[in-house]
Amino acid sequence: MHHPQHPGASTASIELHDNVKSLISAKFGDALIRSQIDYDFPVFVIRKDAIHDVLAFLKDSADTGFTYLTTMCGIHFPDNTGEEFAMMYQLHNMQRNLRIRLKVFMGTKDLTLPTATDLWAAANWMEREAFDFYGFKFSGHPNLTRILNMDEMNYHPLRKEYALEDATRDDKKDEYFGR
Amino acid sequence: MKETAEDLEAKKDYSTLNLGPTHPATHGIFQNVLTMDGEIIVDAVPTIGYIHRAFEKLAERRPYNQITPITDRLNYCSSPINNMGWHMTVEKLIGCEVPKRAQYLRVIIMELARIADHIVCDTVIAVDTGAMTGFLYLFQWRELIYEIYEEVCGARLTTNIGRIGGMEREFSDKAWSKLDQFMKGFPKALNEFNNLVTRNRIFMDRTLNTGAISAERALEYSFSGPNLRAAGVDYDVRVMNPYSSYQDFEFIIPVGTNGDTYDRYMVRMEEMWQSMSIIEQALKNMPDGPVHADVPEFYLPPKEDVYSKMEALIYHFKIVMGETDVPKGEVYHCVEAGNGELGYYLISDGGRTPFRLHMRRPCFIYYQAYPEMIKGGMLSDAILTMSSMNVIAGELDA
Repeated sequence: MHHPQHPGASTASIELHDNVKSLISAKFGDALIRSQIDYDFPVFVIRKDAIHDVLAFLKDSADTGFTYLTTMCGIHFPDNTGEEFAMMYQLHNMQRNLRIRLKVFMGTKDLTLPTATDLWAAANWMEREAFDFYGFKFSGHPNLTRILNMDEMNYHPLRKEYALEDATRDDKKDEYFGR
Repeated sequence: MKETAEDLEAKKDYSTLNLGPTHPATHGIFQNVLTMDGEIIVDAVPTIGYIHRAFEKLAERRPYNQITPITDRLNYCSSPINNMGWHMTVEKLIGCEVPKRAQYLRVIIMELARIADHIVCDTVIAVDTGAMTGFLYLFQWRELIYEIYEEVCGARLTTNIGRIGGMEREFSDKAWSKLDQFMKGFPKALNEFNNLVTRNRIFMDRTLNTGAISAERALEYSFSGPNLRAAGVDYDVRVMNPYSSYQDFEFIIPVGTNGDTYDRYMVRMEEMWQSMSIIEQALKNMPDGPVHADVPEFYLPPKEDVYSKMEALIYHFKIVMGETDVPKGEVYHCVEAGNGELGYYLISDGGRTPFRLHMRRPCFIYYQAYPEMIKGGMLSDAILTMSSMNVIAGELDA
């Protein structure tokens, strides 16, 4: 089946994308901002205020059955004005072996999301990781503290403004490498 | 006046015990602050991050081929699986079809790594119950696996094995003969270990019904790998989302029933036998052909070509300097690592390095359940629970 929107996507992933898309739109309307297929992986961008309800629906509804939280992580797009940060959730329906990805975009001013710890115990440390590295706040999280970095740290290191290389080094400037 | 349960509770004198960060029985740097009622654990608060090395940040400055050595240092008991998982992620992104022979060679290496990983875990469970002998027996065979790695890639622990697009070279004759030696000798040693430990009265008393977790809770905690299978869920990435030709192989997924320390031990024991069977099938059906796809921008050319061919010189330079651009895109690829679903979530903006790389490390996710699993048990059982979960600090802290 040819699908102009998603070149290279398999029939199965297009079918999954279309099913989940219609289920989310029917229940949540315009909370589903956009969706696409990235390398055979259906991706749904959800409005922030609806993310908890959408996750709960995808987990508990018999039509969807995405009961397993594979992983979640933060992302920083510094050039994406107004939507600089994103939280990614990846869910798995193990019975039918279906995987989807959800994303929530946020502006720098308001980095507070509802927690998913009430849905999955596994979300606890994943959210602490996102807090630690990106500074996202998860309202309702039982213990939102740093997890891998030390408590005294006063910045969120995976944000793009923190360059990895030592700022005092001048032997690794991009121009020396023709970049 | 009769004392109520609350009065009794208030009068109880709990003691606080620091288990770790550097305790020899935890096999790594883990800290748990335990609240103890005598020898019973009332509460546990784990602290992690002692060997955090900012892999996800490092990856944002490194060219794709230079990220492989980072992945070595996740679960360093089975580095080759991490390496292959990373190669396959990049191959998915660049749309590279790996030759069948390279896929089979990868399967052999990955299954050897799984055996090495499970040897460590199962023998260490035995050590923690006081049985040192089995550990020393099987470690001789783990050593032979390391020698095979050495023949294939030159390294033993942090292997950096394989390349994006296939394997770095054909296995040497010595590698094949060592593999043969392993296949002939290891079953006897594993049987011996099995006879020594599995039905041993002391071992069973120490491990049965300790550190148990139900299938429901394990799924809530996003367990994967042998720990999830021990709880009775037959989820294995090799079967559910086959990669590297795993669909060509026949093997069973062993599952437990109670999710206790004994089940975790038993699942790993059986998986070693299954891995042996997979390697046997790979050896029997090994296809001929190249061991590397035709993606010269990811594969160092032969040295003599570098000196005589312009194109090879350019590729050599670009690879060494890390100047290979990859297409834009967003991929997730997961493999069944020693501890479960190891996933790489990669965002490329089309440059020479990833824009974002997130690693789904199974240890990090399931170690959250550790306090719940040891509460109400004895301190000595908590040690066994940790070793049977095979918590590897490198993977936990990334």
